[in-house]
Amino acid sequence: MPVWQALYEELGSEGFVPITVALDRTEDVRSYIEASGATHPSLIDESHRTAELFHIVNVPTLIWIDEAGMICRPHDSQYATDTFTAFHKKLSGPYLDMIRAWVRTGAGAMTPEEIRAHQPTPDDDAQLARVERAVAWHLLSDGRADTAEPHFARACELAPKDWTIQRGSMPLRGGNPFGPEFFALAEQGKFDYALEAITPTHAPEEGE
Amino acid sequence: MEFTILDDGRTTSFSADEAHLNQSGRLAIRAAALDEKLGWSFKPQGLCQGDLCIPVSDRAGLADGDDIDFARFGELLGRPTVVDSAAGVAAIGRGTSSQLATMTSLEAPDFELPDLAGVQHTLSAHRGKKVLLIAYASW
Repeated sequence: MPVWQALYEELGSEGFVPITVALDRTEDVRSYIEASGATHPSLIDESHRTAELFHIVNVPTLIWIDEAGMICRPHDSQYATDTFTAFHKKLSGPYLDMIRAWVRTGAGAMTPEEIRAHQPTPDDDAQLARVERAVAWHLLSDGRADTAEPHFARACELAPKDWTIQRGSMPLRGGNPFGPEFFALAEQGKFDYALEAITPTHAPEEGE
Repeated sequence: MEFTILDDGRTTSFSADEAHLNQSGRLAIRAAALDEKLGWSFKPQGLCQGDLCIPVSDRAGLADGDDIDFARFGELLGRPTVVDSAAGVAAIGRGTSSQLATMTSLEAPDFELPDLAGVQHTLSAHRGKKVLLIAYASW
């Protein structure tokens, strides 16, 4: 992603590193990553390990982690560019400025209480859905697509609003994540993170 | 038949002797294999991982001689399980309460993932820096 690479070149010497994680098959992101020219860690998470660990339910999801390895801003749903701003109504520029301020002054980090209030909350069905998805992915990557399919289906039943499962499994199940099934999903109402960092109507105050 | 068990991000293989389907068609794991491969031993004080023991009131419901019922094991640990007997694959995930505890601790869980060249990277290697974790996808 050229924007994160540019930000890394700008802020890397000030102790900042972006780590991009693709919740995808390698083959689906290979050309994209090659074209990005990333020198920061640009990783591939076929098994959705980070989605499991951080309870990530949609993309893009951005999480700020401080020097001590503590989360200091959870699960922002933000974009590096304004390509889809008409759809999600979020501007990228103010968010990139927030990151610059955080790196340089620590501003923008939230208190532990604020972070906990904004974290998405897993439940039993969500956790079982992750296990079903793990079984499905294991079988699929073992060449057993037919055996994997009922596990994908069960995962989707259990976590109807988790887009890493619902939409993320479309290409794995022979579907089209940009086709009619995506728009049907969008109409059902997607999972919304509590934290909406920046919208056109809520730009950060100076120094926020 | 061999069984593969996915244990919260780890993949382990069990021989036909270490894991098998019992007469009721339920997945049973030999106590020694449970200890060696999943890290839990069944003792008089309960299911133990190191010094931590979870009491087991219904011992007969969990163990039949040397065989530990996999799904019941997951229930006792509060962890979700999936068994696909025909496929020879089972999995045990992260329980809701421990997932919540991880999240509310605010400690970023460490992970290890490859880049395009297959080189493994960990989050913890970047301790001392401000890290922006960006999950994205082609879909």
